[in-house]
Amino acid sequence: MTTTTLPTYDEAIAGFEPVIGLETHVELGTNTKMFCGCPTDFGGEPNTRVCPVCLGLPGSLPVANKAAIEATIRIGLALNCSIATWCRFARKNYFYPDMPKNFQISQYDEPLCVDGYLDVEVDGKTVRIGIERVHLEEDTGKTLHVGGATGRIHGATESLVDYNRAGIPLVEIVTKPVPGTGALAPEVARAYVTELREVIRGLGVSDVRMEEGSLRCDVNTSLNRPGDEWGTRTETKNVNSLRSVERAVRTEIIRQSAVLEGGGRIVQETRHFSEETGDTRPGRSKETATDYRYFPEPDLVPLAPDPAWVESLRLALPEPPRDRRKRIQESWGLSDLDMQSVVNAGAVELIEETVAAGATAAAARKWWLGELARRANEAGIDLASVGATPAQVAELQTLVDSGKLNDKLARVVIEGVVAGEGSPTEVMEARGLAVVSDTGALTAAVDEAIAANPDVAAKVRDGKVAAAGALVGAVMKTTKGQADAKTVRELILERLGAS
Amino acid sequence: MAAISRDEVAHLARLSRLAVTEQELDTFAGQLDVILQAVARVGEVAAADIPPTSHSVPLTNVLREDVVINCLTREEALAGAPDVEDDRFRVPRILDEEA
Repeated sequence: MTTTTLPTYDEAIAGFEPVIGLETHVELGTNTKMFCGCPTDFGGEPNTRVCPVCLGLPGSLPVANKAAIEATIRIGLALNCSIATWCRFARKNYFYPDMPKNFQISQYDEPLCVDGYLDVEVDGKTVRIGIERVHLEEDTGKTLHVGGATGRIHGATESLVDYNRAGIPLVEIVTKPVPGTGALAPEVARAYVTELREVIRGLGVSDVRMEEGSLRCDVNTSLNRPGDEWGTRTETKNVNSLRSVERAVRTEIIRQSAVLEGGGRIVQETRHFSEETGDTRPGRSKETATDYRYFPEPDLVPLAPDPAWVESLRLALPEPPRDRRKRIQESWGLSDLDMQSVVNAGAVELIEETVAAGATAAAARKWWLGELARRANEAGIDLASVGATPAQVAELQTLVDSGKLNDKLARVVIEGVVAGEGSPTEVMEARGLAVVSDTGALTAAVDEAIAANPDVAAKVRDGKVAAAGALVGAVMKTTKGQADAKTVRELILERLGAS
Repeated sequence: MAAISRDEVAHLARLSRLAVTEQELDTFAGQLDVILQAVARVGEVAAADIPPTSHSVPLTNVLREDVVINCLTREEALAGAPDVEDDRFRVPRILDEEA
């Protein structure tokens, strides 16, 4: 493929209509694996979280994890799905050492949840994404390819396998094909994964971290001429960030349009997305469903969720993130754009909790999206892990409102709070950061500033009140910022008879 | 008509990574055909009121509480491995497939 002949995205999309589809895998945050009691925490020395069941040793028998079933049903309900009243697990057979049993326990023609939808907002419009199915399976082990120069499988002579991840409950969420999004297809794909992540996070069933692989995404894309039948689709794997979801669809639309415009045909295949280049490259030829020789898992009895239990789970669902955002946006009086920046910063809950702790929405938003977001960005961490709690931010604002801290001192106090030096009040006292309210000390500083700047003082005496700013600055400097600027200004004007 | 063709047996052998000679393909295709025909006779006696059965015991919802148990030690886990490197199971590469 010669990159020089590729069209721009606008050129590519002009002659075609895209159809997209997404398969998302979510690792559940249960304590134990899907079919055995091994722990699931991230990390750990290789092959230390394994037992006869997840190693597929002879004579071992799997037993399904009730918490994982419940979490999957809750995801299905949150995505407006119907919940099966009876379904079975199935064996998916394939020859690869990432599963020691030589098959993966999954679900095939009887998924736990079917036929739902998720509404997402794109460009001010609501797009309804159909959900085909939500099913439960087990994650695979991690393979490391060695012996070659690159560490990739091509050229490698051996694979080293760690089965700690093998058997962790994995929920697969498959959309129906999404036609009709036109040029917005890449943004719709991204908005869907973003919203899905919010929904699942809201349920508290997974930490949904794309960078740690607890949420993984495969993107299907096809193109057709307007009025024609849908085209042949490709499946792009290895899409590991929200930005990549959007880029993968965009890249695939450009690549496929170039093939089709050149008179070529799209081959149904698996392609791999490269985070570095944004390109997709062909992967292995996909085994067809019949090659997996699915059959009902004989070691596990069928699932038949009690409708009354399912109904109680439905009633206990949290408010959908989209409704919640709308409610919050109205109560905080934010514009769409401001709300979007709060959502993008991952600050909705933090601001909500700060408001609950007594701060105004405006003040809470100011600290979280300003000073704290800046520190989180610098450290390359989530805002929630920045080191300050909503209660501390509310306390900080109380100190500002009561005049004990000014804006500048408050920022220094945040530094101490984030560094773990204690509550805002403790940091303020320990570091001696409170605003100087001792009028005697302030008056001395004011007199000093006036004496040092006779020209400015004269201007103020003549009624040029705006010139007082220079004197305020001088006082702030001698008090190391620990004075309240408004009080200083009043004192100066009073001293110079200009008030 | 045969219940399984020689080509299907060859395909299954490839999926299972089994090296099967031309002569063995003839033998296995014949043997598997006899087995499948015998099993298929069950379908002849199953009346319309007998649903397909995947599990012989009429049980549902055998579930486990989400409680951690003791794992094997790494030494125990790797004891049966044909080969070990860096505390991992060491196996020959599988070509043309990617995890």
